[in-house]
Amino acid sequence: MSGNSTVGRAQDDSAAQSLSARAIEAARAQGRSAFIGYLPAGYPDKQGSIDAAIALIENGADVLEIGIPYSDPVMDGPVIQAATTEVLQRGFRIDEVFEIVEAVTQATGAAVLVMTYYNIIDRMGAEEFARRLAAAGGAGAITPDLIPDEAAAWHAATEKYGLDRVFLSAPTSSPERVESIVRACRGFVYGVSLMGVTGARTEVSDAARRVVDAAHQAGAQRVCVGLGVSTREHVRQIGEYADGVIVGTALVAALRDGGPEAVGALAAELSGRA
Amino acid sequence: MSTDTSYRWAEGPYFGDYGGRWMPESLVAALDEVEDTFGKATRDPEFIEEFQRLCKDYSGRPSLLTEAPRFAAASGPARIFLKREDLNHTGSHKINNVLGQALIARRMGKTRLIAETGAGQHGVATATAAALMGMDCVIYMGAEDTRRQALNVARMRLLGAEVVPVEHGSQTLKDAINEALRDWVATVENTHYVLGTVAGPHPFPAMVRYFHQVIGEEAREQILEQTGRLPDAVAACVGGGSNAIGIFHAFLDDSSVALYGYEAGGDGLETGRHASAITLGRSGVLHGARSYLMQDEDGQTVDSHSISAGLDYPSVGPEHAYLADTGRVSYEPVTDAECMAAFERLCRTEGIIPAIESAHALAGALRLSVAWGADGEGRIIIVSLSGRGDKDVATAAEWFQMLPGQEEAPDETEPGAAPETGVQA
Repeated sequence: MSGNSTVGRAQDDSAAQSLSARAIEAARAQGRSAFIGYLPAGYPDKQGSIDAAIALIENGADVLEIGIPYSDPVMDGPVIQAATTEVLQRGFRIDEVFEIVEAVTQATGAAVLVMTYYNIIDRMGAEEFARRLAAAGGAGAITPDLIPDEAAAWHAATEKYGLDRVFLSAPTSSPERVESIVRACRGFVYGVSLMGVTGARTEVSDAARRVVDAAHQAGAQRVCVGLGVSTREHVRQIGEYADGVIVGTALVAALRDGGPEAVGALAAELSGRA
Repeated sequence: MSTDTSYRWAEGPYFGDYGGRWMPESLVAALDEVEDTFGKATRDPEFIEEFQRLCKDYSGRPSLLTEAPRFAAASGPARIFLKREDLNHTGSHKINNVLGQALIARRMGKTRLIAETGAGQHGVATATAAALMGMDCVIYMGAEDTRRQALNVARMRLLGAEVVPVEHGSQTLKDAINEALRDWVATVENTHYVLGTVAGPHPFPAMVRYFHQVIGEEAREQILEQTGRLPDAVAACVGGGSNAIGIFHAFLDDSSVALYGYEAGGDGLETGRHASAITLGRSGVLHGARSYLMQDEDGQTVDSHSISAGLDYPSVGPEHAYLADTGRVSYEPVTDAECMAAFERLCRTEGIIPAIESAHALAGALRLSVAWGADGEGRIIIVSLSGRGDKDVATAAEWFQMLPGQEEAPDETEPGAAPETGVQA
């Protein structure tokens, strides 16, 4: 289909410049799917979150997501909410995010995305947010409550500064919506594995495979799966059909209970290095 | 404002720069389904007939329009009329929207209703509709609000609903909405989220307005019948803004009718403890809509404060943001103290205990009448009396130091909590 091949070419072209696309393709070249880890900015404190992020990357993460603590995180389950609430209560300011992104990219050279609810971007102004993120060496942003339909300002800003735009595709997304999501994304598509919020689950829903297949069929070169992924077995299973696997809650729980060292140990296990 | 501008038929998803769908992708299919079902229902005579039948035979519409001459007298010669949504079944305007949305849910084959509630009125209304239609019901309510409104928690449980106290964040209405959204994203297959105000993602602002339009349509007809003319002003309280949109709607294109929305001024705007999103907020996105939002420099939502749980919300429906920008509606804050003085006056002069939410609109009407002075002669104000005050008796008794402990030891109460007295009937 001509529509799909156009989309495919567009993403291939971006792979050269997109930091997250490059990291995912490098994993593919090694015959595996990429491992993407999430940690909240500033948790348990600024240095602790930098140390944990570095430990995560040194133990096998190909791409890092730094979550920006937000007052109204409607897509987050109890573990991540508890962590980000704690960060906000100690007087966290947004400048800290850029400092953390800069420290981690300088130390590791990894692709670092921020994950943020859109009002944080909106308040600063999409263009200024993109400018500062790019200046800090960030790869782009995942925006869980922004759909392509509302993303005109964010699209323009990320184009201007060469940043990745990662939108979510859900089990309930229609074929038309999947197509527009794939077209809007730069870097990769975030496939939502289940209907729900973040949090560890014992089983990975079989919806994940359908979400990945639908996005691939719509022309996506890279589809990474998140929500409910917490064990090496999940990572292995999803890695059979997805281009990347995203783990959040399990890492945040490890950081809460055992500090950066525990994050490193869990990352090694999840990535299959341990 | 040009005279040929019609404000009445904005359908969404946008109201000027406001509204839209700032929502997780996982919910977009559900919103599309609601939009589609709602759109078809409003063109289906059978649906309209059933909705109107429930409004009439179940909630008791039309609600009365009652003149309040003793309440009006002390402030000036203007006449004040009350649109008595407090007389609806369950005690507030909320039932209008809930019956409509419950019918929409049934059309979609959903068997479970969830809702957020602040003061508890919307939760009670939703629990009522769920009982009436044989559906399961879960109500999310801020933990602080479950304490402020313990009686309404018991009412919901009596009606068979499960009430979940929300312990996150500020433990008020906005956090209850967050938790309801988290539930919905996991249960959307069998569940409809009965959003209780004209906020949220499209189609909620347009749909909730539609089910409340009857308030203004009735009021307009009744005032013409009783006085032979349109009012000079219509006053309503604004939290999310559903009763206000409901009563304003019929008057939006009557350019001679001034429209006033009264936000919760809490302890006063200068204290920072208020819920005046339009007066002091700036454009932002929360709970699915772009609108005026109380937020800090980083875009974090600022906690709102009000004596009235139902107005304790840091944003406002997007259509109100639009009506504020265009100047068609004037929005002003009313402090807790000013509101409670009006509350007391209505109790003592008319024998009507209003909801504390509605007392903000009563205070606004008095403010208008005082400002008009002698020019108020022959002028008419309609106040949306959106709910009754039974649920607020404990809060009001504490405010007016009528609780047993307070009577015995009045010196121990905070000086700031002293009621404004001296209202002459």
